[in-house]
Amino acid sequence: MLKNTLSAFAAAALLFSASSYATDDTIKVGVMHSLSGTMAISESTLSQTVQMLIDEQNKKGGVLGKKLEAVVVDPASDWPVFAEKSRELLTQDGVAVVFGCWTSVSRKAVLPVFEELNGLLFYPVQYEGEESSRNIIYTGAAPNQQAIPAVDYLLNDLGIERFVLAGTDYVFPRTANKIIEAYLKAHGIADEDIMINYTPFSHSDWQSIIADIKDFGSTGKKTAVISTLNGDSNVPFYRELANQGISADFIPVMAFSVGEEELSGIDTTPLVGHLAAWNYFESIETPENQEFIDKWHAYTGDDSRVTNDPMEASYIGFNLWVKAVEKAGSTDVDKVLDAIVGLEVPNLTGGMAKVLPNHHITKPVYIGEIQADGQFQTVWESDGEVAGDAWSDFLEGSKDLEADWTAPINCGNYSKSQHKCLKQVSAQ
Amino acid sequence: MHLLKQIFLCCALSLILSLLPSVYAVPATGLPLTLSAEESVALCSSRVRDRDLLINNWSTTTNAAQVQLLQAIADGELYCKRSDQSLWLKNADGSFNALTSNATLTNGKGLRCVGSSNKQRQLIATIVAARALYSEEVSARRAAAAALLQAGATMPSTDTLQALMQHEDDGQVYQDLRTAWALTLAQNPSLGRQELLQAVEILKDKGTPQCLHALEQLGQSSDEILSDAAQQAAGWVQFYLRCATFGENLFFGLSLGSVLVLAAIGLAITFGVMGVINMAHGELIMVGAYCVWCLQQLLPGQPGLALILAIPTAFVVSGTLGMLIERTVIRSLYGRPLETLLATFGVSLILQQAVRTIFSPLNRAVQTPAFMQGQLQISENLSVTLSRVIIILFCALTFTLILIIMNKTRLGLEVRALAQNRPIARALGVRAGRIDALTFGLGSGVAGMAGVALSQITNVGPNLGQNYIVDTFMVVVFGGVGNLWGTLTGGLIMGLISKFLEPVTGAMLSKIVILIALILFIQKRPRGLFPQRGRAAEA
Amino acid sequence: MHSAKHVTAPVKPELTLEVSSPIFNRSTCYVVELLALLTIGSTIGALCGLISIYAVTLMGKYLCYALAALSLDLIWGRLGILSLGHCAYFALGGYMLGMYLTLQIGTQGVYGSNLPDFMIFLNWDHLPWYWQGSHYLLPSLVLSLLVPAALAFIFGFTTFRSRVGGVYLSIITQALTYALMLMFFLNELGFGGNNGLTDFKTLAGMDITADGTRIFLFALTAICLLLAFLLLRALNCTRLGRLLTAVRDSESRVRFIGYRTEHVKLAIFTLAAALAGLAGALYVPQVGIINPGEFSPLNSIELVICVALGGRDRLYGAIIGSLVLNLVKTIFTAWWPEGWLYVLGALFVIITLFLPHGLAGLPQQLKWHRSNTIKEAA
Repeated sequence: MLKNTLSAFAAAALLFSASSYATDDTIKVGVMHSLSGTMAISESTLSQTVQMLIDEQNKKGGVLGKKLEAVVVDPASDWPVFAEKSRELLTQDGVAVVFGCWTSVSRKAVLPVFEELNGLLFYPVQYEGEESSRNIIYTGAAPNQQAIPAVDYLLNDLGIERFVLAGTDYVFPRTANKIIEAYLKAHGIADEDIMINYTPFSHSDWQSIIADIKDFGSTGKKTAVISTLNGDSNVPFYRELANQGISADFIPVMAFSVGEEELSGIDTTPLVGHLAAWNYFESIETPENQEFIDKWHAYTGDDSRVTNDPMEASYIGFNLWVKAVEKAGSTDVDKVLDAIVGLEVPNLTGGMAKVLPNHHITKPVYIGEIQADGQFQTVWESDGEVAGDAWSDFLEGSKDLEADWTAPINCGNYSKSQHKCLKQVSAQ
Repeated sequence: MHLLKQIFLCCALSLILSLLPSVYAVPATGLPLTLSAEESVALCSSRVRDRDLLINNWSTTTNAAQVQLLQAIADGELYCKRSDQSLWLKNADGSFNALTSNATLTNGKGLRCVGSSNKQRQLIATIVAARALYSEEVSARRAAAAALLQAGATMPSTDTLQALMQHEDDGQVYQDLRTAWALTLAQNPSLGRQELLQAVEILKDKGTPQCLHALEQLGQSSDEILSDAAQQAAGWVQFYLRCATFGENLFFGLSLGSVLVLAAIGLAITFGVMGVINMAHGELIMVGAYCVWCLQQLLPGQPGLALILAIPTAFVVSGTLGMLIERTVIRSLYGRPLETLLATFGVSLILQQAVRTIFSPLNRAVQTPAFMQGQLQISENLSVTLSRVIIILFCALTFTLILIIMNKTRLGLEVRALAQNRPIARALGVRAGRIDALTFGLGSGVAGMAGVALSQITNVGPNLGQNYIVDTFMVVVFGGVGNLWGTLTGGLIMGLISKFLEPVTGAMLSKIVILIALILFIQKRPRGLFPQRGRAAEA
Repeated sequence: MHSAKHVTAPVKPELTLEVSSPIFNRSTCYVVELLALLTIGSTIGALCGLISIYAVTLMGKYLCYALAALSLDLIWGRLGILSLGHCAYFALGGYMLGMYLTLQIGTQGVYGSNLPDFMIFLNWDHLPWYWQGSHYLLPSLVLSLLVPAALAFIFGFTTFRSRVGGVYLSIITQALTYALMLMFFLNELGFGGNNGLTDFKTLAGMDITADGTRIFLFALTAICLLLAFLLLRALNCTRLGRLLTAVRDSESRVRFIGYRTEHVKLAIFTLAAALAGLAGALYVPQVGIINPGEFSPLNSIELVICVALGGRDRLYGAIIGSLVLNLVKTIFTAWWPEGWLYVLGALFVIITLFLPHGLAGLPQQLKWHRSNTIKEAA
């Protein structure tokens, strides 16, 4: 038995020590989204999207004359495994770029790995900002591309005077609510007209909280809820809202984490009229969007699959990478990073997405109302694209900082007042 | 001659009446409306904002047809044909009538709904309500009067309200108008004391948070008598509101408790009788919830019927699954509770992943039927949601049923005998294998029924079981193993404490506090609230 | 029960009661040799560049889990206490060292201040009292042993005194770890909330991402595992070891004889928690992140299946089981991600049904089967 174990370990050691044989005529692209576990619901769609984009690109002849090969791994919604898989992708598989991550925890877990091994990650999900890494391109929305325009809409277009900020207790809602609170106070909303409430993940009994919201909104001033509730909590939340008779016309709810995908798992009749803020809606009628939706339906073989904002962000990120590689003439990460700032590719809503020196992109902002069929009806759009700001101007610790990865600053958290970079970039 | 004259008058009258355009009746074909080219373009545009100007222009209209068109936009019943930009109204039966002609369509192909934004709907609601207060129909007036009391509604002037009140004969409308009148008075502190005191009385009677807000503002007036009266009235209203909150919390606690009890009864049966901890219990609940979804897919358009049919279906499906698990896994592990725990945990993982593979890792949309929507208004400030009431009743029914089975039937007798003293019961002819399987099937079936109830409250997805399993265990262990009344008491107490704690500590901490309190309680009383007694129980 | 056949009834493989056996019996020797071989071989291989650093870090992670599994085996295999929340101590130990590593980031954090990033984000201006002990390495290491042990002591003190046992104990250990998970998710608690502690830079002056550090940590983990294993083997050979077996097999009798069984259980439970804390402390610098998900009940149950897979009657069974399970997990999440949960679930069922003594007990089980069939044929 022990001899068997010994040989088993020898085999395992060999397995690990042998690096995969990279064939010379393919470029490997890492796809690192959870296919099992709690995040599988959201992330498996993105994994399929990137694979579809790779297929499409290969039909066009690949990149730099070579075909693209997808290396798909499943970090199983386990944050240390994300770090492990990214290390595996970068060292064992030798990928040129990775498209991955969803939650901020997963991104924070892989950030040191990417910086240490000089990899390149495209991160497609809206997040809380307060970060800018040389090795990550953030194609999702920063708070100023989602939260602030949404609050503006509520204040100006709907005349809301009282706000409930309901969020799940983690970094994104906390940061977003801090920014929103500061913004509201700067616009004259009094302290007693703002109610902030945090709930644990998967909180399912909303009766008391909804009753509180109802009371808060019954004083005669028009009230709205800004919801940064995460995934699973949304269904019982909206259900209870409907059960307690709160219609969208009485107290509208503006959500930042509810998209077409989440709506496909909810009975949308009680949600009609509630709002969401994104940079893309499937219902926006442009030729590019229609083409993308058709391709997606053909790829998945299912006409009822929906498209959503992170999918568009993956699309933009992928096209930016392809363009940068072609411009740089190589897949070497340093060359691609030099080439990518300033590049523009079309987005799916008729505009252009440009990479900024802080590694964010420009995105248009749309506010939409939920329809009974699970789609959004656009009720407001920004004039052109909004430039992503990594360091919010409304938070004490970050209003002094800016990120600029071009020469001469070349720093993710450059202090404007002290004229120096606060964090030393690790040696390359 | 007299008769002829009457007949002639009737005919003439009916002829004249039929020729008059009927303003308030819903026309069968189109509206007597002419639209300018710009208005048509604005209506047919896919951009919602293009209609802002049109709605603003029509906000002071007296043309009833225009108001009706606005209402149709707000209700989402106006459609635009993509091909020729013509406008259509949707009827209740799904057919469409052209707006400006007599044409009809049977289905909505090629039509796009004319959308509206929240802001536009608010404006339209104000326009419609302003007219509706003068409407001849009582229901329209009631709706309009109630809308006046909604947040952000534009109040007519005090004089207008007074005039309306004088001509009003419907009680409900009169009350609402009176409250609105009092609210407008309260906004105007320069009025005479008598009127303001009258307003204070009215607001105190009504007693809603809106009235409280107005009373608090009046309480800060410089007039002493007035501010005293207002503050006293505010105090009364606050007391009523606190009572209502207490009643609400009680109801919430009961409903949460009943959900916990429903989920835990099945586990109590299997654990109490067989000593088997079934970690797959959560997944059996999930299977029951998925039954609801499947039936709703099979019976489209009838969510209520599907839900009712799902109850026996879920019982059978989950019960069969449970019996299968018992036969294959648990039987071989009889007498080894810790191994059973592990083995059933493995089964739960397999079930979860199977559901992800067969259906999808995404949540499934389960519709709430009409009879479970809405609220019961108990008092001015206290209303309970129908769905929760039904779930409480369902839980009580299920519990009673289980109690009857356990205490009044032969099966229940044999189950209890096996639980108390297995060898002797077997010696007396009780077929242990069969009873074990049936007990497990019963417990699992009840879990399935709990899943049906849960499908109305929370997500239906592969993670449904995991969200409830820890709570379910806690209820069973807290209440005392082997005792159904213990489970009921334990579940209800946990629900009540949780709901009364939540306003104090916040949602985050309340769960933690309850878990820690439970752990401490179990350490004090390891056998729970209602422990089993006797030597056999100690073994 | 099979019918008597008038031959000497075959001896079912009882859980071996190794009375007064030497510390270094045959199986222990093998295990020690194997581990030593693995460690030295991998270290040299990594230093020479033959084995990738990725593999070294992975193996280090596996060994941390093996140490945690070993500590669980101590209480489950030897004492019969199935703790479904053992990873709570693992995670607590990890957090203690994580705090030290976080403070070591110093001004190299995102905001350039001495306070950890998430505290600046929460608008705190000074370190809370419970962070004060984490400025230096040695106190942090001591804390990562003490804090889990203290929690285990408090929990065990009341639990064992009230004679809570069996499935009840398992359930409340699960509730404890669940409650801890919810607590550490709270942002206000000051441990980083959902994001946890991450972005570590240095450990005792060494760059944490450097190859040398990784190899050193791997070797250190292997040495700790070895020492813990020898310690527990030595424990087995003392009177205390025999007492443990007795308590597992029949606690009431031992109590009637006069021993204070709750003291015994408490002591061993605390020791196991301290070992798990040590495993956590070694885990965090190798993985680079610690977050409340480590408290999740699923992690603890995976630890249980590691021990069950390897065989809980033998200490080295835990090590084998943990290594095999993690290897299978890594392979499956690469080849067939959706299938991993099927495999894990099936493993649970198969092991409890067919392999009650785990892989380590497999040869004996096969031997018994063979001898049984031979005897029946005769």
